[in-house]
Amino acid sequence: MTGDALLFGLSGVLSASAPLLFGVIGETITEKAGVSNLAMNGMILLSAMGGFAASLATGSLALGFLAGAAIGAAVAAVVAFTSITLKQSQVAVGYVLAMLCRDLAYFLGNPIMGMNGPRLTLLPIPGLSAIPLLGTLLFRHDIVTYASFLLIVAAWFYMERTRPGIMLRGLGENPRAAYIRGANVHRQRYAYTIAGGAIAGLAGPIYSLSVKAGWKGTISGLDGIGWIVLAITIFGGWKPFRAALGAYFFSLLQWLGLVLQPLMPNVPSQVLQVAPFPLMILTLLLVNVGNAEWLERSLARLPEAVRRDIARALSALNATPPAALGVPFDEDD
Amino acid sequence: MNIELRGISKRFGAVLANDAISLAVPPATIQGILGENGAGKSTLMKVFSGFIQPDSGQILFDGEPIHIASPADAIRLGIGMLHQDPLDFPPFQVIDDFLLGRPGGLIPDRKRALREFRELSARFDFSLSPEARVASLTVGERQQLEILRLLWLGAKVLILDEPTTGISQAQKEKLFAALRRLAAEGMTVFFVSHKLEDVRSLCGRAAVLRQGALVGAMEAPFDDERLVRMMFGKEVPLAEKTRPAPGKKVLTIKTGAIDSLRLRVKDVNLEVRAGETIGIAGMEGSGQDLFLRACGGLVEPAGGQFCLDEDERPMNGSTYHDYMRSGVTYLPAARLEKGLVPGLSLSEHYALAGKPRGVFIDRAEAQARSADLIASYNIKGRPDSAVESLSGGNQQRALLSLLPSASSLILVEHPTRGLDIESTIYIWGKLKERCAAGTAILFISSDLDEILQYSDKVLVFFAGKVSPLIDTESLNVQKLGELIGGIGWETLKEAARA
Repeated sequence: MTGDALLFGLSGVLSASAPLLFGVIGETITEKAGVSNLAMNGMILLSAMGGFAASLATGSLALGFLAGAAIGAAVAAVVAFTSITLKQSQVAVGYVLAMLCRDLAYFLGNPIMGMNGPRLTLLPIPGLSAIPLLGTLLFRHDIVTYASFLLIVAAWFYMERTRPGIMLRGLGENPRAAYIRGANVHRQRYAYTIAGGAIAGLAGPIYSLSVKAGWKGTISGLDGIGWIVLAITIFGGWKPFRAALGAYFFSLLQWLGLVLQPLMPNVPSQVLQVAPFPLMILTLLLVNVGNAEWLERSLARLPEAVRRDIARALSALNATPPAALGVPFDEDD
Repeated sequence: MNIELRGISKRFGAVLANDAISLAVPPATIQGILGENGAGKSTLMKVFSGFIQPDSGQILFDGEPIHIASPADAIRLGIGMLHQDPLDFPPFQVIDDFLLGRPGGLIPDRKRALREFRELSARFDFSLSPEARVASLTVGERQQLEILRLLWLGAKVLILDEPTTGISQAQKEKLFAALRRLAAEGMTVFFVSHKLEDVRSLCGRAAVLRQGALVGAMEAPFDDERLVRMMFGKEVPLAEKTRPAPGKKVLTIKTGAIDSLRLRVKDVNLEVRAGETIGIAGMEGSGQDLFLRACGGLVEPAGGQFCLDEDERPMNGSTYHDYMRSGVTYLPAARLEKGLVPGLSLSEHYALAGKPRGVFIDRAEAQARSADLIASYNIKGRPDSAVESLSGGNQQRALLSLLPSASSLILVEHPTRGLDIESTIYIWGKLKERCAAGTAILFISSDLDEILQYSDKVLVFFAGKVSPLIDTESLNVQKLGELIGGIGWETLKEAARA
C-alpha cells in the first residue's frame, strides 16, 4: 500500500467515525443522567431514513439533519416518559423501541429506496488542508466530521468544567444527593435524555447524507450500528475522549477488514466484514475484566510487585457505570 | 438564633410518626435528639430539612415562622443536614463534590473554591485532599467533607443523623471537637442518635422521642437511667457478663493466610472453643471481613490450615456448603442484600430454610413454624409480612431465627449495626443463649463498646496484621482504640511471647 492510500484510508476512518461519535456522545450524556436509551439501533435507522427523506423532499441538507435530530429526540422522549414518569423497565422499553423503529424505517423508507438524493460535499479548510500529512488527515472532511471533533471536546468541557455539567454527572451517580443540592431530578433527566436522543439522532442523517449516502433499506448496512454504539459507550467508560477512542478503534477495525481482504484471499470476505463486531466485544471484555472476582483471586497469587502493577493497570482501564443508571428516582423516601 | 419547632405532626397511613412535637432550642447549643428506631426522630428531621411537609405545625427562627419547601430551600435558609449515609458522589473529586450545589455562573470558580475549602478544613483540623476521589475516603472523612460543604453554603443550623455509625474512635473525637467549636461560635447543632454515650459526652440538652411523641427533655448533666426509661418506657438492664468454661475445639487455624488484590492477611493462628465469643476489631478494610468469610469457606484461603472440630479436620478447599454441613453459619452485614430475600415473606423464608424434603412446600408446616419462631424471637411482623417491610432490628431477629439450631460456630458481621439499645440487648441475649448451648461466636464490629461488652476474647486487625487473642478483661476502649490504629502492637507481641 502506498503512503497516500494509507493516509486517505485513515482520513476515511475519521469521517466514518463521525456518526458513531454522535451516537456515543448522545448515549453517554443520556446515561450520565441515569437513563439508558437502548432504542439506539432503531433510532439511528429511522433517523437515517427520515433525514434522507426530508432532505430529498425539500432539497435542503440542513432540514435533513434537523429531521434526524427531531426523530432521535422523539424516540428519546418515549424512553424518558416510560422510564422517568412511569418508572418502567428501561431495558424492555428500549429493546421494543429498537425493533419497532427499525421495522418502521424499512417500511416507511420503501418508496424512497435507492433514489439519488443530496449529499454533503467536502469542505477542505483553506490553508490548514495544505499542511502535509495532517492536512489530508484532519482538514479535508465535510462539515459533520469537523462537528464530530468539536462534539468530543465540547462534551468533555461541559461535563468536567461547567456547573450544570457536574450536576449532570451527579444525576446519574446519586440523584438523591443531586436533589438536595437543588436539582430538579425528573426535569433534568427528561432534558438530558431528549438532548442525548437528538444528538444521537444526528448519526442517522450523517450516514444517509454523507458516510453512506442514500437509503437502501435492509442493505443499507446500518443495522447493528446502534448496538455497537451502546458497546462503545461502555468501552468509553462514560468519558468523551475514551469513547471517541473506542469509536475510532471500531472504524479502524472495519477499514482493516476491507484492506486486508485482497491480502488474505483464503479468508472468506464475510469473516473480515463481521470480525470488527466480535473484536469490539472482546475489547470490551478485556477492559472490564478487572471487575471480576475470579481474576482478583488468581492475581492474588502473583508476587507483590507484579500484582500491584497489574492491579493499577486494570483499575486504570476499569470503567464504572453511573451508580444510579436505570434506577428510577423518588423524591420522598 | 432561637429555633422553635411548634406542634409538628406527621402521619403516614395508620402511623402517627410525629405527634404534635414542640421543642425550643436556644442559640449556641448542641441539642441531642434521642429515641429508639422508629421513634420518629428521622421524620422530625426530614420535616426540619425540607424533605417532607408536616401535616400541621410550624418552624420558627427567632420567632418568625419559616416555610421550608425542599432540601435546597432548607440550605438557603441556613439549615444543613448531614445524612446517615453521606449524600455525595463517590467517583467525583473531592473539590467537585464540594462545589456542586452552590449557585453561581456556568463555570464555577475552582480556584476560589479550592482556597476556601483549604481554609475551612484547616479551621477544623480536617485533612482532606481536594484532588482525591470521594470513593477513596472513609465514612468519617466523607462526613467531614459534607460538613465543610454545608458550612460553605452558609449553614447556621446543622442536623446530624446518627453520625457515629461506622466511623472510627479517632474520627468521632474529631467530629465532636468540630461540633463543640461550631456551637461555641453560636451555631445550633441537632444531634440525632440512639447512642446514649454519644449524647452524654457531646450534648448540652437532650430531647427524647418515643412512638412519635416527645416524652421528655433534659439538660446536662444527664441522668442515664431516666433517659433510658424515657426512651423505652421501662428499664432495660444490660445482661450480666458470664464467662463460659471453654469446651472442645471448634475452629483451629494455623499460619492462615488470605489474599485479595488489595490486601494480604498473614500468620493467623487461632483456636476457637465451644461456648466462646470472640470479637474482631479493626478499621474497616483491615482484612477482618476477608478473614471472617474465610472461616466460613466463602473466601479461599491462600495458605495455612483451616480446621474444624476437636479432631482438627482440615477444611482447606471446602466450599461454604461443606462448612455449613459441618455446623458453621454466616450472617452478613448487609441483611437485606445478602441475608434475606426481599419480596419473600417470613413464612416463605422459614420454608426455604427448613429441611429440604421433596419439591413441594408444606405451607401449613411453614406457617406453623413461622408463628412459632416469630413468637419466640419476638419479631414484630406476621408470617406473611415481606421481609423488607420489617425494621432493621426485626430483620436481624428474623435472620437469627433462621439459623439452624445445631450450629457449632456462628460468624457474624456487625451483629447490631444500626439497631437501638433494646434490639441490641435482645439480639445478644439470643446469641448468648446459643453460646450457653455450646456454640462459638466470631463477630466483627466497629463498635468498641459492643466488643468489650460481649466478647470473651478479642482479635485485632491492622492493615492485614492480626494480633494474638487478647483477653477482654485486659482491655478498655482507649487501649483497643489504639490497637486498631496500629499503636501498641510491640508490647502485644512481647506479652504473647512471655
